[in-house]
Amino acid sequence: MSEGIVYWLQQVLNALQLGSIYALIALGYTMVYGILTMINFAHGDVFMVGAFFCFLAAVYLGLPFVPTLLLTMLGAALLGVMIERLAYKPLRHAPRVSAIITALGVGIFLENFTLALAPYPKNIPMLLENVTWNLGGVSLSSLQLIIILLSLGLMFLLDFVVHRTPVGMAMRAISWDKTFVPLMGVPVDLIISITFAIGAGLAGAAGTMYGLAYPVIDPYMGIMVGWKAFISAVVGGIGNIRGAMIGAYILGGVEIMVAAFLPSTYRDFVAFTLLLLLLIVRPYGILGSPRIQKV
Amino acid sequence: MSNGTSGFEEILLEVRDLVVVYDGIRALQGVSFTVLKGEIVTLIGANGAGKTSILRAISGLVPYQGAILFEERDLKRVPAHRIVGLGIAQVPEGRGIFGSLTVLENLRLATWQRADKGELEADYDRVFQIFPRLRERQHQAGGTLSGGEQQMLAVARALMSRGRLMLLDEPSMGLSPRLVQDIFRVIEEINRTGVTILLVEQNANMALRIASRAYVLETGSVMLSGTGRELLGDPRVKEAYLGA
Ligand SMILES: Nc1ncnc2c1ncn2[C@@H]1O[C@H](COP(=O)(O)OP(=O)(O)OP(=O)(O)O)[C@@H](O)[C@H]1O
Ligand SMILES: [Mg+2]
Repeated sequence: MSEGIVYWLQQVLNALQLGSIYALIALGYTMVYGILTMINFAHGDVFMVGAFFCFLAAVYLGLPFVPTLLLTMLGAALLGVMIERLAYKPLRHAPRVSAIITALGVGIFLENFTLALAPYPKNIPMLLENVTWNLGGVSLSSLQLIIILLSLGLMFLLDFVVHRTPVGMAMRAISWDKTFVPLMGVPVDLIISITFAIGAGLAGAAGTMYGLAYPVIDPYMGIMVGWKAFISAVVGGIGNIRGAMIGAYILGGVEIMVAAFLPSTYRDFVAFTLLLLLLIVRPYGILGSPRIQKV
Repeated sequence: MSNGTSGFEEILLEVRDLVVVYDGIRALQGVSFTVLKGEIVTLIGANGAGKTSILRAISGLVPYQGAILFEERDLKRVPAHRIVGLGIAQVPEGRGIFGSLTVLENLRLATWQRADKGELEADYDRVFQIFPRLRERQHQAGGTLSGGEQQMLAVARALMSRGRLMLLDEPSMGLSPRLVQDIFRVIEEINRTGVTILLVEQNANMALRIASRAYVLETGSVMLSGTGRELLGDPRVKEAYLGA
């Protein structure tokens, strides 16, 4: 292969890895928005706590990769449900801005709570033997492959749950209009909890994978990654699950390409400018559409 | 008030001194009525009289004072999503179709509380026999149906929960005269299969014709009641609701 193509393929692989992590987090933003029309600004910090759960499971419990991943997802899911029950549910009928402030507050709480327990950055140990293959000049690491495939697997699973199971049906019904959902016999609060659990569980998975790819973790790591995942969700069309995935891979791609061709300090500036332009052209995001106003 | 009876005896639903308050405004100021097993009871009244509020209270969608008893069971502490499981289905005002779900998914969702999921196929068949149009459109998104088709779907969905009492809130709203007739015929048909009906209607004329008994609601209180026939002949009803 020519050097140019090799270089490109390498960047595409890197973009897929980064995009996969953004996608797992973006799904949580979009699912919660879909069901409650609320932006869960604490979600990036749930991702961060997920990375710390991964650290705890790997270091203090000495667990191997798969149990660490599962335990992290479970812990993050419980955290997501707790946040919803304790902080958001009491405000469900309060003005929108109260919910936003609460979400920001929960995020700051999580950051500082973690900071209090872990004042110094932590190192996540190598949980997987990392092999690097050379495919005609393009190098692919086993970690990269696992991150990409696992993320895709989780996304397919989620897509299946949302589109093919009764719980997913109930989620879509609530996201359309939850007024009459109880008339169907569907317990709305339970479905909301399940939504938070799934969204946070995916963020936990993202925390684990991010921790393996970039092993130094700190309490503020969720802020920037969270914003980027949120922007991915908006670019894809907030509330739309497939949109969040597409938006995340686009953002991952743009970031990697900018970093590859321009000074690294340009990365976020150029990436965000492109995304703003995209939103000017498509204000509802790539797959989003203005909902017909219902009376 | 009339002492007319309709030949039914067993009380299925009893509403006692129902009060519903929204932001300090009393939409219902102590409404009492009963629905007997097997009846078609209709509630008529002007816009804002409180008809929808009554149905919302019965289905547990709004908090209320007073008592609602279904098969002698107090519904006060029953969460809304359990009420359909007890046997009360509602076709809400404005139909409440989930536009992003297919026709089949809308029907399936309504069976959430049913234990006998094995009989779903037979029930889809039954509702498709009543509404053949829905069978043709079973994979279409609910939001793309016409208004009339959405109304059929809303009734079909209520049937899927296999309730013993069906609450219908203005099922004739926005339908052509032809479709209104069809819907009323279906309501009578459903009633003949043993489902008791509580029907809220603006179309007082047709509603009173199929009703065994009726209540007239004015600004949150029951003003008149009697058999459908009695109220059709009542001069006050004629003047206010039948446009005579
Ligand atoms: N969510 C609400 N908040 C405040 N007021 C409400 C609410 N819902 C209903 N109301 C008020 O309660 C009163 C009764 O409303 P309701 O919907 O029960 O009337 P209705 O008899 O069904 O009227 P219509 O025939 O127009 O459907 C009205 O004055 C209405 O404005
Ligand atoms: Mg009404």
